[in-house]
Amino acid sequence: MRGRRDRQCDDHRGAPLSRFDVLIIGTGHAGVSAALHLRQAGFTGSIGLLGEETELPYERPPLSKEYLTGTRGREDFRFRPAALWAEKAVTLNQGERVEAVDPAARTATCVSGRTFSYGELVWTAGGRARRVPGAHAIRTLADVDALKAGLETAHRVLVIGGGWIGLEAAAATAKLGKEVVLHEREPRLLARCSGKALSDFLVAEHRRQGVEVRLGAEAPNAAEFDLVVAGIGIDPEAGPLLAAGAEGGDGVLVDECGRTSLPNIWAAGDVALHWNRFVPERPIRIESVQHANDQAASVAKAIAGEPKPYAAMPWFWSNQYDLKLQTVGLSHDHDEELVRGEPGSGRFSVLYRRRGRLIAIDCVNMVRDYVQGRALIERGGVVDAARLTDPDVPLKSLVE
Amino acid sequence: MTDLIINVTTRDGHARAIQGQEGRSLMETLRAGGIEEILALCGGCCSCATCHVYVDEEWASALPPLSEDEDDLLATSGAREANSRLSCQIPFGPALDGIAVTVAPED
Repeated sequence: MRGRRDRQCDDHRGAPLSRFDVLIIGTGHAGVSAALHLRQAGFTGSIGLLGEETELPYERPPLSKEYLTGTRGREDFRFRPAALWAEKAVTLNQGERVEAVDPAARTATCVSGRTFSYGELVWTAGGRARRVPGAHAIRTLADVDALKAGLETAHRVLVIGGGWIGLEAAAATAKLGKEVVLHEREPRLLARCSGKALSDFLVAEHRRQGVEVRLGAEAPNAAEFDLVVAGIGIDPEAGPLLAAGAEGGDGVLVDECGRTSLPNIWAAGDVALHWNRFVPERPIRIESVQHANDQAASVAKAIAGEPKPYAAMPWFWSNQYDLKLQTVGLSHDHDEELVRGEPGSGRFSVLYRRRGRLIAIDCVNMVRDYVQGRALIERGGVVDAARLTDPDVPLKSLVE
Repeated sequence: MTDLIINVTTRDGHARAIQGQEGRSLMETLRAGGIEEILALCGGCCSCATCHVYVDEEWASALPPLSEDEDDLLATSGAREANSRLSCQIPFGPALDGIAVTVAPED
């Protein structure tokens, strides 16, 4: 069966090992998840985990939150202790960037000139932060170390981008006592991923915290600021696969188990353009920890010979100031936005429907709605708007 | 500083004693101790339930009370028991030296 490990590693000893039964490209959430889930599924072949960074694999979410504000140190968000990789017989190949893949020869060649061969290739290279010349980005630990160093002497900070990373960066730098201007060229915050009610609430909240929020305007002159941070999204790192002929475009297209159109090559995480069961209209990419972890787990299970199509309910979180923001479901293509509770109270939810069906909920300090709404979205039925928006009616009571 | 110990039973029934670390959450300590089953996807901000453990009954009184958020999140788990906790919500320190926990099944 395709995807089943078909040969054992023939070369566990001897250095440097450059052939792996499974070679995973990328040391972020998806790559780490793929490696660990392979072992959990009983895979006994050799596993190589290859990435550009020289840091031990770490989680990204704290970078724009607790690591930036200094409440967590770099040792606090390693995925796993260094010893675990040896214990699980996962070989870390760090400081390497793949520039070309040859699916026929089953090789991946790095910028350094080193070539790795593989039985199965799992591409979890993620995305590269879009950069603005002279501005800091927030994608890697090195990015945030540079940002933190710059913030030591900066007073007036410009944050470009009113998406999740920009908002978290604005909250963190404001918390550090900086004078912060947040610039978003769209007329509202989170224009691409959330509804107006949440945008309006967040504008008010950031202003209340002292951030100057500028919407729908040309970017201000960077020279007026001591430091500039750009949180303007990522470009998926799919180049070598697309060059090798993989289907895709904005990312690499995969099936429900994470297979690309190239033989023995799989992909998961930020880079994977996939048909998500919660968005029927078109393939999408999802940039979240949940997605990276769960889709990579699906790939690992398929490679280990126990395919389990990826069908997880999407979820996401953000922390800004004392706000706990949580999303469940995907609001893509919603045709209706309902507000449950009173935004002015600082505890409310925004519900998104498509043709009468609940498809996503953004929750602000409302864990209960987040938790209970999941089942309602999963069920997929039509629910009456008046009952959905009555905060006295628990969402779980609407699950039939 | 004396060694602090956490006794962990993993999903496959193996018992392990790991080094406790004061000032970190039980979740962070389990993860740093190599208990890979503790996914802790949200990093400890009480947004997922992937650090779910059962705490041995005799330690119940030593634990901080369940918050409303933790209670709500645990309610999403099909494996919830009376002694279920999210390990990210339990600060570890000398008072919990020797605590016994079992990793809950995957949901």
